Amino acid sequence: MKYVDEFRDGKLARGLARAIRSEIDPRRIYRLMEFCGGHTHTIARHGIEDLLPPSVRMIHGPGCPVCVLPIGRLENAIGLTREHGVTLCTYGDMLRVPAAKGNSLLTAKARGADVRMVYSVNDALAVARDNPEREVVFFAIGFETTTPPTAVAILQAERESLPNFSVFCNHVLTPPAMAAIAGSPGAQGSAIVPIDGYVGPAHVSTVIGSRPYEHFAAHYRRPVVITGFEPLDVMQAVRMLVRQLNEGRSEVENEFTRAVTRDGNLKAQQLMAEVFERRTSFEWRGLGSVPYSAQRIKSRFQQFDAESRFCVTPQSIPDHKACECGDVLRGLKKPADCRVFGTVCTPETPIGSCMVSSEGACAAHYAYGRFRDHQRSA
Amino acid sequence: MAETRRVHVRSLDLKRGQIELVHGSGGKAMSQLIEELFVPAFDNPWLAELNDQARFDAPSGRMVMATDSHVVSPLFFPGGDIGSLAVHGTINDVAMSGARPLYLSTTFILEEGFALADLRRVVDSMATASREAGVPVIAGDTKVVERGKGDGLFVTTTGIGMVPGGVDVSAGNAVPGDHVLVSGPLGDHGVAIMSLRENLSFGTTIVSDSAALHGLVAAMVEHVPRVHCMRDPTRGGLAAALNEVAARSSVGINLEEAHIPVRPQVRAACELLGLDPLYVACEGRLVAICAAEDSSTLLATMRGHPLGREAAIVGEVIEDPNHFVEMKTEFGGRRMVDWLTGDQLPRIC
Repeated sequence: MKYVDEFRDGKLARGLARAIRSEIDPRRIYRLMEFCGGHTHTIARHGIEDLLPPSVRMIHGPGCPVCVLPIGRLENAIGLTREHGVTLCTYGDMLRVPAAKGNSLLTAKARGADVRMVYSVNDALAVARDNPEREVVFFAIGFETTTPPTAVAILQAERESLPNFSVFCNHVLTPPAMAAIAGSPGAQGSAIVPIDGYVGPAHVSTVIGSRPYEHFAAHYRRPVVITGFEPLDVMQAVRMLVRQLNEGRSEVENEFTRAVTRDGNLKAQQLMAEVFERRTSFEWRGLGSVPYSAQRIKSRFQQFDAESRFCVTPQSIPDHKACECGDVLRGLKKPADCRVFGTVCTPETPIGSCMVSSEGACAAHYAYGRFRDHQRSA
Repeated sequence: MAETRRVHVRSLDLKRGQIELVHGSGGKAMSQLIEELFVPAFDNPWLAELNDQARFDAPSGRMVMATDSHVVSPLFFPGGDIGSLAVHGTINDVAMSGARPLYLSTTFILEEGFALADLRRVVDSMATASREAGVPVIAGDTKVVERGKGDGLFVTTTGIGMVPGGVDVSAGNAVPGDHVLVSGPLGDHGVAIMSLRENLSFGTTIVSDSAALHGLVAAMVEHVPRVHCMRDPTRGGLAAALNEVAARSSVGINLEEAHIPVRPQVRAACELLGLDPLYVACEGRLVAICAAEDSSTLLATMRGHPLGREAAIVGEVIEDPNHFVEMKTEFGGRRMVDWLTGDQLPRIC
């Protein structure tokens, strides 16, 4: 298949693997975090770990929108259906995420809540147009990739004077989360994880460009290589990170030049700036409160902001006691290190959010990689 | 048949008419639907007796029975419709035991308001599929539910067949060392349905692989009567079929991604829709497991049949206390091919 096979070629992969092996410094360990769940999924699905030398360790990051949404926000969303009887439109993955006391949007739906799965915010707009008698709320989650479409939807709703549409905004930002992981003094609850270099986001970077990582790389003296979601992209990024580390450089490099520029998508950035502004702080599952790490809807668009429309009260609800998603999201633990991984927490019966989305580190390891745990223990 | 036919004042309006609740109420309207639509379409002496049951002679030996309900949406798709699918699906379930399918029965659950023209199209397609397969539909039932309580039409079929002597095909029969074969490219059916639902076009239309596989199976068990397992990878795709075998036989399975046939347009659609072809349903493919020494004969037999031309050996059975299905990726790594989680593609068959 054109434009895909070229990036999955086994022969090229073996060549790159040889190159990486020849370039590594045998005296050191390379701890590389792929921030994005998309990369986590690629690594697991193509078995990239098998092509890397043991001293190159991939650590899964928090770049999975479903995984990092704290339980309090999910309970707020369930509350909107229960207390205000709204029609809640959400992405499919969100339905199965466990909330408090065994709740989820799926159990709420089974009890009669009007929860609808949509593929995009446009579908939610259509639901609002088709059901003028219902209050329709779009449960917006995601990083900078999904934020511009939400901005467009709000502007569209304003143009149409759509009275029954609003957005429960949970959009979050990548660079502050990276800083929190790298040990920003402002990030509560985050531990300093020893990470030598970062595989930078693919799709997020098409929107924000490579520039926003420059401060991060310089400040934390860690290299960042922005790379695509295909397996050869990831291998190439690993090689570029190994080189930077060997040479003592900590720069932002862009492997994904076919889609990412230094400035990114200016139109998308302008749309985000028009509709959203930064929250002073936002709670992330695993990272705790991270300053200036999320977006809220500007007061000019207040009528489309479900938080003000339905007086949503923020609440902080701790994760399930046995769940170690927090440590997994910070890169402190591997999925298999969690006590409940694969026993009581499985994709069918998830305890933590990382087991739900296919981009979650636990779900990816369970579906594609858990045979390695058995090989190790055998 | 003529002497048993009741006289109805007006014949069914198969062009503009629609299903009404009376068509399922046991009265004249129902008998008219049966006599003017179902009986002439399926056209066989067992059904034409118009009893509440079909009477037939059964040969002696090991008999198999399978039943399958069909709720596919949309009802009509490139390469088939709910009618042909209902015939193929149950014939295949019967045939995966190595059996020769003999008879089918069917149930239609119709929603009030369903167009008779569409019903006729489905019934005609079922009748054609059944005739082509040589497996008659000899008994049936019709129920009608109120508007809004169904979704147009659901079809259930049940089939029986006879297993030839000396053939013992079961998901529990795989042993380490066996080879795993598939009869053709994976995922055509699921992607055909999804493309239609999502309005995707890929230059060429992706056509469902829906087909009755009993002819292919007959050739396979004739040449390799010792074939160990057969499955048609429907819902959950190849992944589900092989995980079932691994669990039932208490073995592991190793696949070679590079050897698994998937059409380029199906791969492209899967990329776009975020699907994995290994989990996408087929309705006219089978996966077979046999001893290594039989696999080249079995492969040649499959390739010699029109429905197995693109057959391939895709992996082998290994010892594994965890009963995992694993795969060497084309990229050069290893991964598991686990059970499907959740519902990737609702109402695919």
